[in-house]
Amino acid sequence: MAGKSGREIIAEQPFSWKHLLLRWESMLILLLVVVNIMNIAISDKYWSVTGLFRATNSFLNIAFMVLPMCFVLVLGDIDISVGSILAFSATMLGVTYNAGAPMIVAVLVALLTGTVCGCINGVIATQFTELNPMIITFGTQVVYRGLCEIILGDQSTGGLNNVMWFSNLYWGKFGGVVPYMFIVFVLCAIVFGIVQHKTTFGRRMYAIGANREAARYSGINVQGTRFVVYVITGLFAGVAAIFTAASMGSINNAVGKGTEMDAIGICVLGGILTDGGKGNFIGAMISVFLLGLLEYGLGLVNVSSNVMLVIKGALLVISVMIPNLKINVKKKKIA
Amino acid sequence: MKNMENKSILKKITGSREVILLLIVAVLAIFIEIKSGGVFFQLDNLNGMFKNYAVDFVIAIGMMLVMLTGGIDISVGSTLALSGMCASLIFRDHQGLPIIAVFAIAVAVGLCCGLLIGTVISYGKVPPIIATMGCMNAFRGATYLVAHNEWVAAMDFTESYKNFAQKSYLGFGIVNNLLVIVIILYVIFYCILKWTPAGRKIYAVGSNAEAAAVSGINVRKVKTICYVILGGLTGLAGGMFTSLYASAQGNMGEGLEMDCIAACVVGGVSMTGGKGNIVGVFLGALVIAIIGKGLPLIGVSQFWQKAIKGVIILVFVILNVLVQRSVDKAALKRREI
Repeated sequence: MAGKSGREIIAEQPFSWKHLLLRWESMLILLLVVVNIMNIAISDKYWSVTGLFRATNSFLNIAFMVLPMCFVLVLGDIDISVGSILAFSATMLGVTYNAGAPMIVAVLVALLTGTVCGCINGVIATQFTELNPMIITFGTQVVYRGLCEIILGDQSTGGLNNVMWFSNLYWGKFGGVVPYMFIVFVLCAIVFGIVQHKTTFGRRMYAIGANREAARYSGINVQGTRFVVYVITGLFAGVAAIFTAASMGSINNAVGKGTEMDAIGICVLGGILTDGGKGNFIGAMISVFLLGLLEYGLGLVNVSSNVMLVIKGALLVISVMIPNLKINVKKKKIA
Repeated sequence: MKNMENKSILKKITGSREVILLLIVAVLAIFIEIKSGGVFFQLDNLNGMFKNYAVDFVIAIGMMLVMLTGGIDISVGSTLALSGMCASLIFRDHQGLPIIAVFAIAVAVGLCCGLLIGTVISYGKVPPIIATMGCMNAFRGATYLVAHNEWVAAMDFTESYKNFAQKSYLGFGIVNNLLVIVIILYVIFYCILKWTPAGRKIYAVGSNAEAAAVSGINVRKVKTICYVILGGLTGLAGGMFTSLYASAQGNMGEGLEMDCIAACVVGGVSMTGGKGNIVGVFLGALVIAIIGKGLPLIGVSQFWQKAIKGVIILVFVILNVLVQRSVDKAALKRREI
């Protein structure tokens, strides 16, 4: 549908099977099926309720950071400090608990820490709009990780799993079947999905991501929206920290290293491009399970973590490159 | 009239970023000298500082080129590890190789890494931060893979290779070999950036890519070449690193990107591209080196280093913006009158 100006006009498209099958999400579902078939072939214990939940539990704690990362990327921003916020929140949790505070206080401290870190990112990003959020969050990433190192040194803070309910956040199962973490994740995902696609806040984010100036002139509080999103990102890095702490039981200063790449990579593979205003939440959620199950399956066949690093890094770069190449082809066709 | 001229010269000197930086360096060094009880300015200590931070000095040049084009590279630590590891492994199995060949291998591996990153960024249109984040992890994984999770120990190197970083035969017995390399590179790149078309092209691309493209500069090529140069310098640094520490480990160079970006940012290289010069970067790297070497001397724990460097990055990034804002404001005012 190219108009006279050569610009694409996106209107309500008539339903067609071809379109549905060619969508990025359909591709992802197809890949998800392939990964599942591969995993079934690898392990005969995989395809059962317990087996599947064991698999999802291996990656969902990090996936909490994917939810707000979708918002950040839709805005056209980026936040590479989430891994360090996770580490800092988890550190604060462990330190507070080991200082004798009850666990519930420690959990609240972790959430507060995440939120404050997000606030700092948000304040800098909205006050100094000339700066690329990439360098801001790179700086804060170093600072937050540095704070962990100051607090912990080369020691670790442990004993977190002595509190039964805390350990159960990760290891416990509702009715003996469904892990609590899974339930929490699904509930959060539903809320985030609704916010992104069904509320004015969500539409504003897309507007800002598509064209920040135009959004500002049409009366959207651009900086306010960005600030809120950065704070939410920090908060959910704190949530991810709680589940990670529950899974590991002790925290050292290297926890969560490289998870920012996981979170961003999942979003990008899910079709939420880094230039903002594109993609949808469903794609990101499919890609959470796609990448998570792929890593779990590769782990089952003893693929070393180093190979996994190479695969993940390559996947991140390639999945950003593919849509760009696709756009190039489209442009050539129009011309 | 003469008075005015004097004033403008004075203003020029105090307004120049490099002079302010030089002051910061001096104050910092003197502060550490006093606090540490006169240890800092001892020749041994200074020599050790330049030796240990030669790697940062070298990579900071490349990082500046990349940042001049508006990009960034956070994969330098992994590139250094991969190139250093490849060279060390080959050296371990072929002890007869001359030192220069080992460095050549490291540089070659680094160039390949840089070429990959540059191609992905400028031809695949991947944002630099994403591309280098992916490569950072991929190269780190590859480093462990080529080394089979082992490390090359000091006994696998020949004496002459280990001595290269400790002796000073390139510097006529006065200046350490690594420092000689640093000085030569800074002189070369100062000339390139200041007086050759290639150097000016980099600035042109960084300050306005579209205008540069219209005026006939191949923007993609320039960007790619910047990443390739950074890769090559990082590879060279990989060779220097393994020679200096007389071993090659999988985790070497972790967090190095932080030091180099900090050096550039402190040195006044703008994140949006097109601004910054080599003298500033040298002083910026000097600040990082003094902090890195000096803080332990005055009893600050090594665990504080990361947070301090992070704060420095943030503060200088924000300072750059504030300075730019006031400059713009002043320019606007002048136009009004």
